[in-house]
Amino acid sequence: MIRLASTARAALAAALLTAFAFVLIGPLANLALWSVAERWYTPYKLPVSYGTRYWEQVFRPSGDAMASLGTSVWIAVLTVIVALALSIPAGYALARLKLPMRSLFMVMFLLPQAFPSVAIYINVARTFYQLGINGTVFAVVLVHAAHGLVYSVWIAAAAFAAVDKDLELAARNIGASPMRTFATVTLPLAMPGIIASGIFVFLESLDEFTGTFFVGVPQVITLPLLLYNAAMGGNYQVASITALILLVPSVLFMLFIERFLRADVLAKVGA
Amino acid sequence: MLSQRQLALVLIAPGLFLVAALFLYPLVFSLISAFTRPDGSFTLEWFAKAYELYSGDIVFTIVIVLASCVLTAVAAIVIAGTLTLGENPWIVGTLKALYRWPLFIPFIVAAQCMRTFLAKNGLMNNTFVSLGLMEPLSAISFLDWRGIIATFVWKQTPFVALLLAGALASIDRATLEAGRNLGASRARVMLELALPQVMPTLLVALVLSFVTMLSVLSVPMMVAGSQPTMLTVDMAFRINAYGDYATANALGVITYLISAGAAIIYLKRGMNQEATS
Repeated sequence: MIRLASTARAALAAALLTAFAFVLIGPLANLALWSVAERWYTPYKLPVSYGTRYWEQVFRPSGDAMASLGTSVWIAVLTVIVALALSIPAGYALARLKLPMRSLFMVMFLLPQAFPSVAIYINVARTFYQLGINGTVFAVVLVHAAHGLVYSVWIAAAAFAAVDKDLELAARNIGASPMRTFATVTLPLAMPGIIASGIFVFLESLDEFTGTFFVGVPQVITLPLLLYNAAMGGNYQVASITALILLVPSVLFMLFIERFLRADVLAKVGA
Repeated sequence: MLSQRQLALVLIAPGLFLVAALFLYPLVFSLISAFTRPDGSFTLEWFAKAYELYSGDIVFTIVIVLASCVLTAVAAIVIAGTLTLGENPWIVGTLKALYRWPLFIPFIVAAQCMRTFLAKNGLMNNTFVSLGLMEPLSAISFLDWRGIIATFVWKQTPFVALLLAGALASIDRATLEAGRNLGASRARVMLELALPQVMPTLLVALVLSFVTMLSVLSVPMMVAGSQPTMLTVDMAFRINAYGDYATANALGVITYLISAGAAIIYLKRGMNQEATS
């Protein structure tokens, strides 16, 4: 009797786990199927014919997707540069220097993520339009950097806070200048955390849709905008392939993040 | 020579300037625009217009976001609870390997996935028909409010579950073991002993998800094309179709108000944590 009950429990658990796996993987499987479906229409449950025609179309050097991929990566790289250039000094100040109203400043960097952003972006777009920079890579980079600052500043502050102060003092004692101590001791030790924050900002920029939708159109077409245009135009194959391209960095990030973001840094985020 | 305070302010100023220019200024601008006529006098007419045109969508947005948060919380509690209290290593291992996948998937990719998966002829209905669970003729499309909720829950559950599982891992195991030894079921241990201890983490994760869902434009646009729709889509429509910034900003202020309650809880918690650490 007990044995029967435990078998029933195991069967129930297995059924629930299967349903969970279906819900989780089903949408991704559907995406993968569409990317290799050359013809797929009702009432067929699976694609009528498979092929790589759309992959060839997308990866043709002159194709829209390659241009968008280039634009996206270029914007993401510039965004990381801008965000790190602003957040390394800010993170150091927040972690190591006496700063009045420190918690207010921490919250300031968080605010862009804590507000519904569409209403912000439409007004940014209006200002940029008046300045004549709407539809430029520069405008998109600024918007992405402002959005990514919370990650880069908070993680940089945590990374600097996790550096052992005694090491800095030792360098100072043997005669290194404050600048040299920062460049040869503090910064290298904080580097893994800063790299992790850079990867975060890079991915945020690569995946960002809403800001680019208002500020970048019509000239700047990043991968998410290409995906959107293809999907709304009914080209499911191109949309699915673009989506799969966007998935690659996300999956790599998930697999490798723990190598960069160590637990001692993670424990200090937001502190 | 600069004092340490002055140096700190100089170092932090460029970052603050970017946030002020690209967040605070547009925020103030949207507030002013929502409450003034072109000549600069105070008015509430844009809110009247927003209410008249979009009152249905306001309710629709609140219901969708709340329902998504509730379902996300339930799913995250079940997942995190199983990960913490599960006794079958095979089930726990499989769940652990699976549940994080949507975490870093962009919303727009999730939207495209669901657009195909939940369609009338999508993989979900096709699988049900193939398994004999459903008649082909009774297949319907879920690409409406149900699709939006499904996408939000699918995308946000790993995030909430991850934070919750992390918090659960750090609470005292002895109390939970004691509860189990006294004969309480795992569900009861989870709900009555473990969950109250990690409630702050759950709330913060849900508030963050709440604001995120209010900000997402791609999911309602791609998953549910027609009316009724969410306020983000209405704002984009007012701008792109009419250049009507006043009404769009009034709708924006309404989304601020919806998230205000949530954001206040969040900021309060952030401040408290700073005070204690």
